[in-house]
Amino acid sequence: MRVVLLGVGNILLSDEGLGVRAVERLPLAFSLPPEVAVIDGGPCGMELLEDLEGIDALIMVDAIRSGEPAGTPIRLTGEALPVFFRTRLSPHQVGLSDVLASLELLGKSPRHISILGLQPESLALGMDLSRAVEDRMPTLIGMVVSELALLGLAAPRTGRRGG
Amino acid sequence: MSRRVTIDPVTRIEGHLRVDVEVDGDKVKKAWASGQMWRGAENILIGRDPRDAWAITQRICGVCTTVHALASVRSVENALQLELPVNAQYIRNVIILAHAVHDHIVHFYHLLALDWVDVTSALKADPAKAASLAESLSSWSGNSKAEFSKVKERLSGFVGTGPLGIFTNGYWGHPAMKLPPEISPIAVTHYLQALEVQRHANKVVSILGGKTPHIENVVVGSVANALAVHSQAVLTVERLLAVKDWIDRLADFVKNVYLIDVAVVGGSYPEWTQIGRGIVDYISVPDIPVDGRNTEFALAGGHIAGADLASFKQIKMHDDAYFKDGVSESVKHSWYEGGKGPLHPYKRETRPQYTDFKDDGKYSWLKSPAFYDKPMQVGPLPRALAVVAAGHKPTIEHATQKDQELPVRRADHLERCTAQREGRAWRR
Repeated sequence: MRVVLLGVGNILLSDEGLGVRAVERLPLAFSLPPEVAVIDGGPCGMELLEDLEGIDALIMVDAIRSGEPAGTPIRLTGEALPVFFRTRLSPHQVGLSDVLASLELLGKSPRHISILGLQPESLALGMDLSRAVEDRMPTLIGMVVSELALLGLAAPRTGRRGG
Repeated sequence: MSRRVTIDPVTRIEGHLRVDVEVDGDKVKKAWASGQMWRGAENILIGRDPRDAWAITQRICGVCTTVHALASVRSVENALQLELPVNAQYIRNVIILAHAVHDHIVHFYHLLALDWVDVTSALKADPAKAASLAESLSSWSGNSKAEFSKVKERLSGFVGTGPLGIFTNGYWGHPAMKLPPEISPIAVTHYLQALEVQRHANKVVSILGGKTPHIENVVVGSVANALAVHSQAVLTVERLLAVKDWIDRLADFVKNVYLIDVAVVGGSYPEWTQIGRGIVDYISVPDIPVDGRNTEFALAGGHIAGADLASFKQIKMHDDAYFKDGVSESVKHSWYEGGKGPLHPYKRETRPQYTDFKDDGKYSWLKSPAFYDKPMQVGPLPRALAVVAAGHKPTIEHATQKDQELPVRRADHLERCTAQREGRAWRR
């Protein structure tokens, strides 16, 4: 089984980068099984095509605008995914929806896709997360670990700080 | 009665652009282009270690990360007057060029082509006819009848059904889509092949850059690529040979597929070269340095005034006074504090002052750069024209080639590309 844990977003725009921050922090606190590849996708698109080709599951972590209070955890799967990409809940412009559509065209889509994230508070210029989002980062990282468990993959705590 | 049309966002680009036009009858009377996204990377860099600047700067954009990384590190090196090892320049050059080829392929096929190619008409075409036409255009191995049939089959199951359907929002059947039906399956097949081929460019960047997206091999003054014969963790001979192989495959595709498709698709829409004249003052700086001090370059740069190649004034180095003294930036229409008039980039200020969209005042996050007080066109066309004007033989040859034997009308590259054409069209 091949799983990609993909953090996306722009770390220069505070909470926009929460997905990248989550996948940076997760391996410090949890020991990931070898089936899982962690990728910091930043704000990128087509460069990711090859990494996502023919994998079994894609867990994407991103800032998700859902109109909820800042820091609200959100999990999107199944029919919510096309809506996520169509209505651009995410602030990214060119990118992942094109990559996923291209994979589908090539017949190499991930078999399972889920998107985990938090409602951002601030997309202002800056490299730090807002307080509301920072406080919920452990929740978000916990959600990723649970998502892996759903796929039958255990990620035990390392005992180190972080997460 | 004039009316206002707002296009927001303009798609196929990174960075959220809004365009407003005021139309009177069928004429555009006024137009505004507005950058809707505040970036201000220069403010983020204040107080940080200049050795980290490139790593932060490359996060600005999701399309041109590598370019920002290298432009940033070069600025620091320029400020410190550093001389680089020539091999470091070469490694950076291969990364830049691989990135450029990647961009061209993805931009043409995956971002733009579906505005010109009707996918549904590709479904109706005869693969055998398409193959015989494609084979007459190029010796590319992916132009067979079997290949076209396979793609047709794959498409039939896809059009309109995919949940993320890249094809669901196309203007299928629109009369403005007038590519001859036998060309559509060729274009669509190449669209799919390009998805495979673009990976080669990405692999070159990831092997030399350490990682992609976001390269990691840059250091101020050089690159951090360890060379060794045996270790798998570094640049081995094996890996370098793989890089060479990917470059060769890219060259094959660019030469035998991409350039031909651009000409064929362009040739089917000649009227579009007459629409929407842009700025015909061009500027580019030299790039692809081949020495350690950035005094010699493989690609020429320079200034072309008023669409006249004869006016070409070469910019030999980044420190060229003609170039350096001529650049300024205005914030008159941009959401920044200002009042000192246009400033040289070395003296510029970036203090945001958002006012909402004011037609006659500030309406954009983009500053307005100018060269000796005139707006310039930058990008691939100015680059290509500068290289032609500087006398680069292979480019001139490509740009002026005419191939009368092609069974479809093929755009004459120079006609399509050059400034003279734009100037003439405008004066008509």
